[in-house]
Amino acid sequence: MAGLLLSIALFGAGAAGALIFANHGRWTTYAGVGGVVAGCAVGIVPALRAALGGPVESIHAGWAVPYGSFFLRLDALSGFFLLPVFAICPLAAIYGAGYLEAFRPKKSLAPPWFLFNLLAASMAMVIVARNGLLFLAAWEMMALSSLFLVTFEDEKEEVRRAGWIYLVASHAGTAFLFALFILLGRAHGSLDFDRFDASAGTGLLFALALIGFGTKAGFVPLHVWLPQAHPAAPSHVSAVMSAVMINTGIYGLLRVFTLIGPLPAWCGWLLCVVGILSALTGALHALAQRDLKRLLAYSSVENAGIIALGIGVGLIGIASKSPLVACAGFAGGLLHLLNHSLFKSLLFLTAGAVVHGSHTRDLDRLGGLLKRMPVTGVLFAVGAVAVSALPPLNGLIGEFLVYLASLRGIAEFDGGGLTVLVSAFAALAAAGGFAAVAFAKAFGIAFLGHPRSESAEHARDPGWTMLAPATVLAAACALAGSFGARLVAAIAPLIASITGMPDAKSYLSGAANAVAHVAFVGGALAGISLVVMAARSRLLAGRKVRSALTWDCGYYRPAPRMQYTGSSFVQPLTAAFAAVLGTRIRVIEPRGLFPSDASLTTEARDPYQDRLFASLFGAIGRGLSMLRPLQQGLVQLYVLYIAITLIALLLWQFA
Amino acid sequence: MNQVIDSILILLTLTGFVLLGSSRLAACIKAVGIQGALLGLLALVVQSGDLSITGVVLALIGATVKGILLPVLLFRAMREADTTREVEPLISFNLSVLAGALELAMSLWIGRHLRLPADPVSSFFVPAAIFTILAGLLVIVSRRKAITQVIGYLMLENGVYVFGTAVALRMPVLVELGILLDVFVGVFVMGIAVFHISRQFDHIDSLRLASLNDRV
Repeated sequence: MAGLLLSIALFGAGAAGALIFANHGRWTTYAGVGGVVAGCAVGIVPALRAALGGPVESIHAGWAVPYGSFFLRLDALSGFFLLPVFAICPLAAIYGAGYLEAFRPKKSLAPPWFLFNLLAASMAMVIVARNGLLFLAAWEMMALSSLFLVTFEDEKEEVRRAGWIYLVASHAGTAFLFALFILLGRAHGSLDFDRFDASAGTGLLFALALIGFGTKAGFVPLHVWLPQAHPAAPSHVSAVMSAVMINTGIYGLLRVFTLIGPLPAWCGWLLCVVGILSALTGALHALAQRDLKRLLAYSSVENAGIIALGIGVGLIGIASKSPLVACAGFAGGLLHLLNHSLFKSLLFLTAGAVVHGSHTRDLDRLGGLLKRMPVTGVLFAVGAVAVSALPPLNGLIGEFLVYLASLRGIAEFDGGGLTVLVSAFAALAAAGGFAAVAFAKAFGIAFLGHPRSESAEHARDPGWTMLAPATVLAAACALAGSFGARLVAAIAPLIASITGMPDAKSYLSGAANAVAHVAFVGGALAGISLVVMAARSRLLAGRKVRSALTWDCGYYRPAPRMQYTGSSFVQPLTAAFAAVLGTRIRVIEPRGLFPSDASLTTEARDPYQDRLFASLFGAIGRGLSMLRPLQQGLVQLYVLYIAITLIALLLWQFA
Repeated sequence: MNQVIDSILILLTLTGFVLLGSSRLAACIKAVGIQGALLGLLALVVQSGDLSITGVVLALIGATVKGILLPVLLFRAMREADTTREVEPLISFNLSVLAGALELAMSLWIGRHLRLPADPVSSFFVPAAIFTILAGLLVIVSRRKAITQVIGYLMLENGVYVFGTAVALRMPVLVELGILLDVFVGVFVMGIAVFHISRQFDHIDSLRLASLNDRV
């Protein structure tokens, strides 16, 4: 515990240092990065020990705030969720040092480094806080520090808009958390987690937690802020938000679940349905995006859906007293979360390198980057393979366990549980397929072919500060993929504590074996590919290699504009799902014998935002604008309102 | 002793009516000054049973600030702002007095129902306090000039002070906070005088400050 406190103190020192050295050029970066790296290095040791089932430590001290107390506890669940925080943040910070360097002549870097340290500290705090007020304070600090990181480039209209949407969404979510904690703490008059009880009804509490934490985790339809805010942020911040911060939403759900005890089966079904919806919506929308970073953000929605699906299957397993389904479901969800943290941060960091090199996120202006940015290209490919859940990388492990859990459940259950699990299985498969297409598109359009714009033509690999963290992450993806079975065994104590099934390790051993087989086959495939590649280069070594056009369909001298665009690549799928995608297509068709102007523009919109939330907020806005006449700008009138309120309160009190 | 307290409270209420009914700015300032002096006296009389040095000093400071310092500042503000010496009401004086009478009735009614932790020395304490607060609000709401707003604010604060003395033999902090509030009003008045709001805006008509509102 002392290590954890020291780590948070180091974040604080980094934040202060960034401000103190605001006018000393690079020193503010050194202080900011130093704080994050030192804090994480110190914190990861106790986190790892706790995650592997070490002793639970806690601190309980007073706090002057009513109902508040400084109550921290580090158990297996907290330790597990701290791992991505302490593993990803330092890499993102080192990357950020390179990424933000380009902004140094224009902007002070003190605020982003201050806020980045604050974000790391508040995420760690959220995960170990065991008092409602302390938790909400950390939660709010996390939301605000990330908000101001998102709006770093606030001179851009779209960034300000994204920040605004993010602010509204996160506060709306927090409102539900307030209700949740008040209901939990009502019976004992204390907001300490260990005195919570579920007297308000587990169903209601679960629903509140699902909305409040689901907003942060990016569950559909509460995800609308995510594809706005994550792309707008500087790339290292996008990586932390997408790969680490959405985990806190999942953490909150699991924590509430462990606090209020066994849930009715419908909670598991509901979480599965939310997961199915998120996985499918996220994957389909990722497919349709033109903006590289927005594509990644939608992919985060998809992965949050898969994690929710795993946990939902686990909940169904607990409710139906099926330990195999429960353990495999939870293990699948949690391992996918861990792996998602690794490959999503890798993808965001490499996407940031693309943006850094080519100054655009629009896929239809990129192309041919593999030759210009070879290192970035290979790293992005690793991430893309991982996120598409292909062996031998780590994306498959979690999904595979969720598959196993739902298959097992399909064999065991009947009735509603069976329906939900069959749909979960199907949705998982479909989402996986869509995600693979989406990333084939992202990689193919951005890195293969010819550059579609001048700026893509001159893109170059960034410096080592930006490449090294991504390389570390890519290596971590490969390692985690190869040692998946070890990971499954390692989280067994955690699964045991969540499910309350002390024999989780033995229940999971079958799954671990299966994962080991998958890793072996995947590794063998990768090995064969490597051998073939080596043989090819060996055979070509002594020969003259000439590059020429492939068969060009009769088009002599193809221009870059003739290439497939991202939109045309996925057109068959987007057309098939036009009803749910809401992609806007504007066509000016060529007319006449010598057509002069013709064009086609596609724009991927989010129907949840356009229809659901736009109409909801429009209605609220119209309702509130009826109050406009109250605001006349006269001091007298305002005092009159106060006086009327005062008198009304007095009369109401005594009448 | 109760008779003295009651007469002070009645005088306080009457000065409230004077403030509501008079058309001369100078009379208003004088009335609010008299209120301040009465408050100092009230604080002394209430604690006459067991006088402490702190209590006396606090009462004297209160009386000096409210009875002398603030009226002097207000007079200076009035001179320097060089405005007409008349109250410019938004509703007629008769109506103001009538509204004041209604407020007094309400205060008496509330005073009968309001439960305090300890019974005040006189049953007229709470009505007088609430009436002074409400009358202050009425002055703020129904007068045009910035300087009358300050006067209304002072009255409101006087009401709070009376309430404080009613319950607060054991709550000196509340009384001290009242004095802090007075200092704030003093600064407010100084703001008008020294920074010449009248010159900045060519007027001290608070109605015309409405152009600073944020309506779309």
